[in-house]
Amino acid sequence: MKRFGALLLFPLAGLLSGCDLVVLAPAGDVAAQQRDLLVVSTLLMLVIIIPVMTLTVFFAWRYRQSNAAATYAPDWDHSTKLELVIWAAPLLIIICLGALTWLGTHLLDPYRRIDRIEPGQPVTEAHKPLRVEVVALDWKWLFIYPDYGIASVNELAAPVNQPIDFRITSSAVMNSFYIPALAGQIYAMPAMETKLHAVINRPGTYSGFSANYSGAGFSGMRFAFHGLSDQAFDQWVTQARTAPATLSRENYLDLEKPSENEPVRHYASVDPGLFGAILNLCVERGKMCMNEMMSIDAKGGLGLAGVRNTLPLQYDKLARRGAVFGNDPSYVASICTAEEAAAAARAASDVTPKDWPARNLSPLRGAGLLRPGTESRRAEADTPSLGLLRREL
Amino acid sequence: MPDTLTKFIFGRLTLDSLPLHEPIVVATFVAVALGGIALLGAITYFKLWTYLWREWFTSVDHKKIGIMYMVLGLVMLLRGFSDAIMMRLQQAIAFNGSEGYLNSHHYDQIFTAHGVIMIFFVAMPFVTGLMNFVVPLQIGARDVSFPFLNNFSFWMTVGGAILVMASLFVGEFARTGWLAYPPLSGIGYSPDVGVDYYIWALQVAGVGTTLSGINLICTIIKMRAPGMTMMRMPVFTWTSLCTNVLIVASFPVLTAVLSLLALDRYVGTNFFTNDFGGNPMMYVNLIWIWGHPEVYILILPLFGVFSEVTSTFSGKRLFGYTSMVYATVVITILSYLVWLHHFFTMGSGASVNSFFGITTMIISIPTGAKIFNWLFTMYRGRIRFELPMMWTIAFMLTFVVGGMTGVLLAVPPADFVLHNSLFLIAHFHNVIIGGVLFGLFAGIAYWWPKAFGFKLDPFWGKVSFWCWVVGFWFAFMPLYILGLMGVTRRMRVFDDPSLQIWFVIAAFGAVLIAAGIAAFLIQIVVSIRKREALTDPTGDPWDGRTLEWSTSSPPPAYNFAFTPVVRDNDAWWDMKKAGYARPLSGFKPIHMPSNTGTGVVLAAFSVALGFGLIWYIWWLAALSFVCLIATAIGHTFNYHRDFHIPAAEVTQTEEARTTLLAAQG
Repeated sequence: MKRFGALLLFPLAGLLSGCDLVVLAPAGDVAAQQRDLLVVSTLLMLVIIIPVMTLTVFFAWRYRQSNAAATYAPDWDHSTKLELVIWAAPLLIIICLGALTWLGTHLLDPYRRIDRIEPGQPVTEAHKPLRVEVVALDWKWLFIYPDYGIASVNELAAPVNQPIDFRITSSAVMNSFYIPALAGQIYAMPAMETKLHAVINRPGTYSGFSANYSGAGFSGMRFAFHGLSDQAFDQWVTQARTAPATLSRENYLDLEKPSENEPVRHYASVDPGLFGAILNLCVERGKMCMNEMMSIDAKGGLGLAGVRNTLPLQYDKLARRGAVFGNDPSYVASICTAEEAAAAARAASDVTPKDWPARNLSPLRGAGLLRPGTESRRAEADTPSLGLLRREL
Repeated sequence: MPDTLTKFIFGRLTLDSLPLHEPIVVATFVAVALGGIALLGAITYFKLWTYLWREWFTSVDHKKIGIMYMVLGLVMLLRGFSDAIMMRLQQAIAFNGSEGYLNSHHYDQIFTAHGVIMIFFVAMPFVTGLMNFVVPLQIGARDVSFPFLNNFSFWMTVGGAILVMASLFVGEFARTGWLAYPPLSGIGYSPDVGVDYYIWALQVAGVGTTLSGINLICTIIKMRAPGMTMMRMPVFTWTSLCTNVLIVASFPVLTAVLSLLALDRYVGTNFFTNDFGGNPMMYVNLIWIWGHPEVYILILPLFGVFSEVTSTFSGKRLFGYTSMVYATVVITILSYLVWLHHFFTMGSGASVNSFFGITTMIISIPTGAKIFNWLFTMYRGRIRFELPMMWTIAFMLTFVVGGMTGVLLAVPPADFVLHNSLFLIAHFHNVIIGGVLFGLFAGIAYWWPKAFGFKLDPFWGKVSFWCWVVGFWFAFMPLYILGLMGVTRRMRVFDDPSLQIWFVIAAFGAVLIAAGIAAFLIQIVVSIRKREALTDPTGDPWDGRTLEWSTSSPPPAYNFAFTPVVRDNDAWWDMKKAGYARPLSGFKPIHMPSNTGTGVVLAAFSVALGFGLIWYIWWLAALSFVCLIATAIGHTFNYHRDFHIPAAEVTQTEEARTTLLAAQG
């Protein structure tokens, strides 16, 4: 029987040796620490799981009906000592595991800057983190390198032994940014920013992907992550800088449209405000950014009248249809002061001043403002009446 | 003009909505249609319609409703499993540039439907059916507190199932994953009917589940036999009570969150949209505030089953009854404090994550205590390895592995590397199959003789058992390994050929499970054919310990001619030891509820209402809503609610049993 069991295990071991258990053998220090925690927790639990499994089999065999030699105690149903043990043993394990969890969770919080490159090698002043802005698109990944002004699609590169600071968002639906060899995953969510700090210790090409189902093209939402030596990374940057394409807002809006299995692409330059605009849902020119709106809301908002402060959404992400009984999809363009709006309204109509205004005009609609596609609102940032707002932002 | 008229009559339902371009669906439809016609034809041919309508569909008898729930669960299991095996096949072949045989439109519906069906329309009906059948018998009651409500709840569950099944052939099902996270499930990214089918199927079925929860709580609290204090209730009744408390406390959250999603989709509110202050994270929180208690709703009653089975087949009192009860209650409470562990990766801070990680681990303490209690119930017992006990041993060996991986996933940093991976899939199938399903099979084998008066055939039962257990390990161990290789869930095609072998092994496991399901069906057929040989005239085939074994098998409509009096927590065992003699005279008329078809009618209108809303057929929605309300009000004027079984009839039934028992010696 034993020999038979060993024979069964043999092909299993063969299979396992042939595959790449990347979660158990990662190439980044953060993932390695996560792996350690995983292994320690498993061992800790096996302390109780193995005896339970053994006892189950043993008791089942020992107290089988045909074994008349075994003691039979039909009314024995309580033992305070035993009950103490069966509650205390798991409790002790969980106390240990809980302590490990508390420490591990805080140490490996993805939002926390990493403090070591490798065991025994702390992060110093000399380590300037590589900043990468990650955008999950339908269904590909966009990586922006603000320090270099370049961007890439479905390919990520980073120098080894250098901290990487990721800022992550998504354009449309939820995704999860995950490079198993580098560090644990974190969700990429539209209009929200998540963060991840990691470091890659061994050069090589690793796979990264979305780990949260996001629609039809989800399976193809994969990218290569290159851990490169400093020199190779510089070459990679240089090569990206010579790419013919650039990533302006207009190009981004094209890129953002759903597509599957996109090839690797590089952009020699990137609109510097692009990531902020994606995050705040205002890449289309003329659309108010979410942080601006939140700032207004924080000051008390525009009241009920502000509800009318919207324009029909012209850019249509996914052949978007509105709710059947709802309004058409709309967005906030901008707001202006009472004087401006009144002036715009007077200019646009023949209403005499004595009929106008019938009621308090503040807050006001977005009447008379720039339409999408015309000049950037940001270009006229010096409009004094908006100064108050700007300072907040 | 005719176009407007068509639109008015059919909403957005057109001929194009029929998935005629999907050959697999068309073939399935043909098979289902032929099978359905054959079934309906057979019922008509054998003139069974009146019988079915009078004795089953309109029945308010908790035993019949329980059995109907089980039938529903079994039918839906076949559907849910077909989805599973299609997924396994797709993932086993979609390598080396192959797209497999399913396009993403079809595949994405399949994994969504698999999850929704298995949880809502397989596990829930099975669990509810078991509780419905067993609980009143175990507490010595004649029926549940609200018999009509029970019938109505069942038909609402069927209504939800009908909507899900309809989505296979009319339109499509959601392509969002089984919890339909927005914004993907919002109108912007899922403009088709799939998510609407999802919402209305769950809303209709959810009404049934919630009401059935209220019903069973009332039954357990108010209708226990005299002498059965709370701490003398059988453990299955205890776990059922806790489960139904969980249902009543958590299903309204599901109803609310789906209503909010429906508002987003129908009237353009912005609860979960990206724009205008909407927040999809709120949906994720709310759905898991329902979703985590839901997994305990599924597993707790089966913990009860294992307790009954272990104690009965070890011929021994349950070890640590009191700690078992407290463990159940603690699990019930803690299950509300752990929901966030489903999304550690959503960016909560380290303190929040570790809080929820640790509360999750704490749940494993009472669960561990339960395992030890079963273990020490076996200790110094006389274990008979009948089918229910075999399932229990298999459960104990399988479930602890699932529990261990569960605690592992509760460590946030470990979850960051394993979340949404196939490791997670393996974990929850490990606990749901190893816990819920094994428990259901144990429960079915255990209480089948009570329901029908004959045992299940042990040979085919063992075939099914081994196919299931071995199949389970083959199907899900590779998924653990794939998870450690960083393979994520819901993938349709793969580019790394080294993964393929594991998917092939998993597919092989799924085939074994298919054989297990087939053997289970064969077991039922064989048992029915051999029922003379397998018959159990005593009503107590396993030397049982709780009250359900004191009455005949199958029990009479009134369950107990005289309400039993309870003195100990294994009431029937105690009665047997005390030399209990069945009363043979002095029978009185028994007050019973009357059958009614209103439940069927209400559920039918609910299905029509759901269908109208899904397809924007507003006249149908309005009309069926009005009819629904009118029928409900109309039913309150039905004064033929109850009747008395005459004493003569009771005497006759009981005398027949006396003769039967006397023949046994």
